[in-house]
Amino acid sequence: MNERRVSVLESVLSHVAVLLAVAFSLYPVLWVISTAFSAGSAPERRVLPIPSHLTWEHVATFSGGQHVLSQTVSSLVVSVATALVGIAIALPAAYALSRMSFVGKDAGVRLLLATQMFPMVASAVPLYIVLETLGLLDTRTGLVVCYATTSVPFAIFQLRGAFDTIPKDLEEAAMVDGATRLGAFLRVVLPAARPAIAVTGLFAFMSAYNEFILAATILGKEEALTLPVVLQRYVGEHDAAWGVFAAGSILVSVPVMLLFYLVQRNLVAGLTAGGVKG
Amino acid sequence: MTRALWLSLLLVCALAGVARAEPLAVWHAYRGDEKAALEEVLAAFEKKEAVKVEALQVPHDAYAAKLTAAVPRGHGPDVFIDSHERIGDLEERGVVAVLPRESAAAGEFPQAALDALASPQGLRGLPLALKCLALYVNETLVPTLPPTLEGIAALGPGLPRGVVPLAYETRNMYFHAALLHAFGGAQLAPDGSLGFRGEPGVRSLELVQRLMRDGAVPEEAPGAVVGELFKTGKAATVISGPWFASDVGQSVRYRVVPLPRIEAAGAPMRPYLTVEAATLTPKGSRNPAASRLLAFIAGEESAEIRAKVGRQVVARTKLPPSAQGDPFLSAFAAQAAVAVPMPSSPRMRTTWEPAERALKKTLSGTVSAEAALTEAQRRFDDVVRPAPRARSPNAAIAVLGVLALAGAFWLFRRIQSGELGPALRRSLPAYGWVTHAVVAVGALVILPIAVGAGTSLFAGRQGQMHYVGLANFADILSARGAPLLSNGSFYLVLLVTLLWTVANLSLHVGIGFALGLVLSRPTMRLKPLYRVLLIIPWAVPSYVTALAWKGMFSRQFGAVSAIVEALGVEPFSWWARFPTAFSANLATNVWLGFPFMMVVTLGALTSVPKEVLEAAEVDGATRWQRLWRVTVPMVVPTMLPAVLLGAIWTFNQFNVVFLVSGGEPDGTTDILVSEAYRWAFTRQAQYGYAAAYAVLIFLLLFVSSRLMSRVGRTKEAT
Repeated sequence: MNERRVSVLESVLSHVAVLLAVAFSLYPVLWVISTAFSAGSAPERRVLPIPSHLTWEHVATFSGGQHVLSQTVSSLVVSVATALVGIAIALPAAYALSRMSFVGKDAGVRLLLATQMFPMVASAVPLYIVLETLGLLDTRTGLVVCYATTSVPFAIFQLRGAFDTIPKDLEEAAMVDGATRLGAFLRVVLPAARPAIAVTGLFAFMSAYNEFILAATILGKEEALTLPVVLQRYVGEHDAAWGVFAAGSILVSVPVMLLFYLVQRNLVAGLTAGGVKG
Repeated sequence: MTRALWLSLLLVCALAGVARAEPLAVWHAYRGDEKAALEEVLAAFEKKEAVKVEALQVPHDAYAAKLTAAVPRGHGPDVFIDSHERIGDLEERGVVAVLPRESAAAGEFPQAALDALASPQGLRGLPLALKCLALYVNETLVPTLPPTLEGIAALGPGLPRGVVPLAYETRNMYFHAALLHAFGGAQLAPDGSLGFRGEPGVRSLELVQRLMRDGAVPEEAPGAVVGELFKTGKAATVISGPWFASDVGQSVRYRVVPLPRIEAAGAPMRPYLTVEAATLTPKGSRNPAASRLLAFIAGEESAEIRAKVGRQVVARTKLPPSAQGDPFLSAFAAQAAVAVPMPSSPRMRTTWEPAERALKKTLSGTVSAEAALTEAQRRFDDVVRPAPRARSPNAAIAVLGVLALAGAFWLFRRIQSGELGPALRRSLPAYGWVTHAVVAVGALVILPIAVGAGTSLFAGRQGQMHYVGLANFADILSARGAPLLSNGSFYLVLLVTLLWTVANLSLHVGIGFALGLVLSRPTMRLKPLYRVLLIIPWAVPSYVTALAWKGMFSRQFGAVSAIVEALGVEPFSWWARFPTAFSANLATNVWLGFPFMMVVTLGALTSVPKEVLEAAEVDGATRWQRLWRVTVPMVVPTMLPAVLLGAIWTFNQFNVVFLVSGGEPDGTTDILVSEAYRWAFTRQAQYGYAAAYAVLIFLLLFVSSRLMSRVGRTKEAT
């Protein structure tokens, strides 16, 4: 009986804590939403973000942009491709780092970590030249290649951590049963690492989906632009269409939330899978 | 398999490239009506010449970066449109093909506009439009406009409650310059020093202080707030440029007049004049059609479209029919005629940062105008001091040679000792798993970084850099000769950066981990909903949310100030003092970053097998013990890389600092990486110096992460 009361109390406390966090995370976004749907209201100190005159105009302006449909597709294609290519490059490397020992392994890991430490202040032009050499300028492929490779170091760290937690006995058993190393990797290790792969893929997707400087620099065709570039064009040198910008930001973030909703099922699945395997 | 995919994609791209002759490309950063006008002009040219023209609208924030990356290597547009004060800089970087002076027919364009575009070799482009500030007057509120600024400020008592007589971006130097000019000052003195000083500087600042004290001008009003004030009839007059008209629309009845006189100065306010121009790139100069397009865009037919559709103050001696008699365009044309052309020298670009800091500091009321201006002088003189002199690279070559020799010798010894061969052979299978990652990361991540790091040994502006050895590092590490902990020195900024990183990381991990734990409780209801709501800060593009946070901290209009007021505290300026400005940055970045750590925690918790927890429970461990003895130790190894990377990213997180506090007050909330960006982009474009900052940041992070992992390892061993 006592135990039950404790757990009810704990449950209430948890909800209160989470609701506080939700309020904290929603409050500034509500201001953005209010800007997006406001037809103009006198600036004054207010606690609640409620617009006085509602309008759909800003949403209509953004979604009525000339190529907005193909730009949305472009954004999704680039971000999904980034996640897939990034994961595809990172998976085998992370597996090797987790399971095998080889000459240069420690140095490689250190170098990988080191790439995250250098501010990108002076490396944009060299990157442009590399893409030019590869003939990938002005293409979405070029952008995907850039995003995917920049996401690889983090993906390798995440995935190596996940592989480290998967017991070796599983794949060793499979190999005793005659599977090759590759077979064991594909059929035993990958399924067990699914939640980590999903989360890592989400990270890669997000980094590509929200980036605009590189995308604006590399892409040159109106239809191929990604949404952050389109969004950023509503901010000029002297002024900005803040209403449209806010409306666009909200619209642009909808796919990310949908995707996260899908990925988190994987997280839950991972929880139970962990139980089976342990 | 991925390699084959890439190769085929490459092939497709190459084939698409040779399909047919390229259309003419025009780049611009226009929006709204001006964009529509340009598209109409280009369509008219296509019809006339039977040539295809493709326009690309580039975001203003990425415009210069895109031009300087593409054009010098023969890519990009044939024609682009930009402001005269930037085109000079672009010319030095090989983006501009200078036109012969004769390309502008005598008497076609106003002489002032041509002067602004003149280069020693000719013209940097053909003028399109003139942009400057003027006064927007709400006719309902102000039927008769007083002729002086002081008169307008005194309108207050006659206006309805809550209406300010005048609104403009007081903390923006571009606006303040109009006052400075009236007092006989200049932002850049003729001798190339910072001109924001002396009597004109002090008197212009004191005038604004007085206007604010009397409630004639709102204190912290960014552009968006100024617009809202005018549109809702809460501001009787507004100082802004032609772009403001499309924002105001039909919401109020207004007219535009030139800026008023300042009685105290005995002279009219004079805003900056910028000349927007169409410019030919080197690629375009080889194509006669591009030259014809340029002349057409700047020509008479286009001027009519740009005035009518784009509402541009066109830079033509003879105004097009629709501009004649248009009160709005005439008012701006009249103002442009007496405006001060913005200097286009690199030194001018360096004046903005110190001048604006002095402006903000004075208006925050923390220091006197004299003290702020003296400090601005010191800053400016420090930034523009000559670059270190060129050195012979022989020493570096010798060091590299010795290192290469030593490396070769070491390799030779390893091979001789017979260790390396077998070890390599054993490693071969593993190499099959990592080669593609090595190649990809090597070419697209490490190579650009290495080249970037190499620039730290050079000094001077881009395009004319010279080798200086370690002089940049010596400068930074000696705090440029100033006391070691003086404002803006490497060491002081480093301390702020450390505080920033530690504070952020503990809050990120603390909040993220706690929420992750709570959300993974098996009995928790509504989990999916909570999880999605909690990642919202991460999902919405951070540019807009960071600006929303900045708005929330505004003393006069911000939501945080409203909350503070509801709690019974007098609202204060968040940007006037370091602790409050730093907390504002911190709040924003914690908000942006905790969802990441929450997701990482959720992911890491999946690696804790239920059985282990159950076994612990059976053994009689309390919940608390299970958390600290079982869950945490199992989760830490999976979370450690994310935490380490989080620390590195926070250390280099400059977006928030840039967008929220902007370094205020007086650059004290700047962190190392935002200093690096300032050297690269606002302080004479000293890329070498910025790269040296980047290398130092890298070394700091590298050494500390090595130390940490060593400490971690010894702990594990004991």
